[in-house]
Amino acid sequence: MSTTRKVLYFVVTIGVLLLLNQVFEHGVGDFQIRGYEARIVSLIGIAITLAVSLNLINGLAGQFSLGHAGFMAVGGYSATYVTVYHGQQIAGLIGSSLGEVAGAALVMPISLAVGAIAAAVAGLAVGVPSLRLKGDYLAIVTLGFGEIIRVIILNIPAVGGATGFTNTTPIANFFWIFAMAILTIVIVANIRSSTFGRALSAIREDEIAAEAMGINTTRYKVLAFVISAALAGVAGGLSGQLFANPLNPQNLNFVKSIEVIVMIVLGGIGSITGAVFGAATITILPEALRDVDRQFPGLRMVIYSLLLILLMIFRPQGLLGRKEFSVNWFRRRKAPLAPASTGGGADV
Amino acid sequence: MELFFQQVINGLSLGAIYALIALGYTMVYGVLRLINFAHGDVYMLGAFAGYFIANAMNLDANPSILGAIVVTMGSMAICAAIGVIIERLAYRPVRQHSRLTSLITAIGVSLLLEYGGQVVFTANPRFFPQMIRSETYAIGKVQITNQSLLIIVVSIILMFGLEFIVHRTKIGKAMRATSHNLSVAKLMGINTNFVIAFTFALGSALAAAAGVMVALAIPKIDPLMGLMTGLKAFVAAVLGGIGSIPGAMLGGMIIGLMETWIGATSYSTYRDAVAFGVLILVLLIRPSGIMGSTAAEKV
Repeated sequence: MSTTRKVLYFVVTIGVLLLLNQVFEHGVGDFQIRGYEARIVSLIGIAITLAVSLNLINGLAGQFSLGHAGFMAVGGYSATYVTVYHGQQIAGLIGSSLGEVAGAALVMPISLAVGAIAAAVAGLAVGVPSLRLKGDYLAIVTLGFGEIIRVIILNIPAVGGATGFTNTTPIANFFWIFAMAILTIVIVANIRSSTFGRALSAIREDEIAAEAMGINTTRYKVLAFVISAALAGVAGGLSGQLFANPLNPQNLNFVKSIEVIVMIVLGGIGSITGAVFGAATITILPEALRDVDRQFPGLRMVIYSLLLILLMIFRPQGLLGRKEFSVNWFRRRKAPLAPASTGGGADV
Repeated sequence: MELFFQQVINGLSLGAIYALIALGYTMVYGVLRLINFAHGDVYMLGAFAGYFIANAMNLDANPSILGAIVVTMGSMAICAAIGVIIERLAYRPVRQHSRLTSLITAIGVSLLLEYGGQVVFTANPRFFPQMIRSETYAIGKVQITNQSLLIIVVSIILMFGLEFIVHRTKIGKAMRATSHNLSVAKLMGINTNFVIAFTFALGSALAAAAGVMVALAIPKIDPLMGLMTGLKAFVAAVLGGIGSIPGAMLGGMIIGLMETWIGATSYSTYRDAVAFGVLILVLLIRPSGIMGSTAAEKV
């Protein structure tokens, strides 16, 4: 892609996002989107960021992490902390040189950046020692780490402890949520088709063989882990600053990590399209089943778990497998097929 | 000093419970290389099975030791059957797929039992009938209840029973062979499907016994009671060296003792984190656990 085209895509994306943001947050004329629907759309955006970032480590690198909620918590709490306790200062500082509007608007990305860095540091701290371990052990260590994070947060009064971080300023809006979701998709898709991504697939298929081919497996695994954690932190930052959606240690336990895993498994482990699809489905499904759940509490989760088991028995590669959405789907099929533009392999 | 012994007694009885559950994790991991996430929930089902049997026998009104034994045995039998059913319906169909598939299936079964339990039993906690009246003995200043004594004694009996089955019987030999190498065991004429089913039955029965005994000591049972206990028991199994039966017992005791000690200090809110913290440390220093064996990786 040429630089001009990249800039064009970037500008168009920002424009479309700003337009949609206007529609979502304020409505156009008489047309208003109800708070309930807008909220679900926001949650889908956050879920996309979470699922696609987990897909990087679980799907592309094949390292089974059960601690995504932990990184989400680290990033979320750090980002929300920055906004709540230093948001005014940041807005004032930037506002004095760039104008008040810019100052207010830039609090969000700065808090997200802090969240991402905090989660990345946590990812590094967990990744370096634990990625020496394989398979199940990695799953356990990441799970254990997630639980430790949760217990530590429970014991910090400044961020609300067990009651959750409730005194937040809800500054996450449609624009930031979907800008971050798209950013995550772009990052992971680019990693996938780069040397780095090839190395990760090699590690996934056979770690010993990859090492024999001269791939520095530990370095690549840790790097993937850190990027994945940072993006999860961004998702946490968005989630914590969403209207009436306080971060709560109770909701960030390993059941949350499993929920994200269900998303990527449903769509197809390793497929970005699948992760997006899974994120949307798993976010909408509980809302669609809300009435059922009211009559039989817990039935929603029963349907979830049955779905997961049946999927594993009958279609373990997930609904999409490793296939990716690409524009080629809509082109007339010619033989022989052109090589896939997204680098997804068999995307026919 | 009294406090020390008091904590040791409390820790041992909690540790015995973790050890019993950890044995199930470790045996299944031994034969299938699968973390059976649903095992903690089988422990919950054991407590519920005991609850229903005890109520059917009206043991709350007229408690008896014999009744308690019947309840424990019945609950063990029911859970053994449940363990076999879970293996047959959920794990066997995915066995030929990747280990990740099995792991996700196990997570699915665990969620199914927890939330299925909430639908069937409702989320409200129930009170387990007092099959054996609580008594407290005092040795010097150290207090010991008959329930925690019972837990320790019964656990030791069950562990010896397991040791006997695994090392002195034909099926035990088949189990050890299967856990050593499944495909070679199959070539030697061992019915590995039966051995795996038997392993699940054995592990689930031990978990059920743990469930009933915990319900006796802490008579409040709910469908999510297996979640945290199961995780910690699993940590115990890994700590001791997953796949190793003595390791599971040792790991359970360590976790139990440590938890009671932390619980008695001012850091009691960190109780749940400590088990995981120690686990991470152990895995980093000795990835195969305290008593686990390191197998050289083959290409």
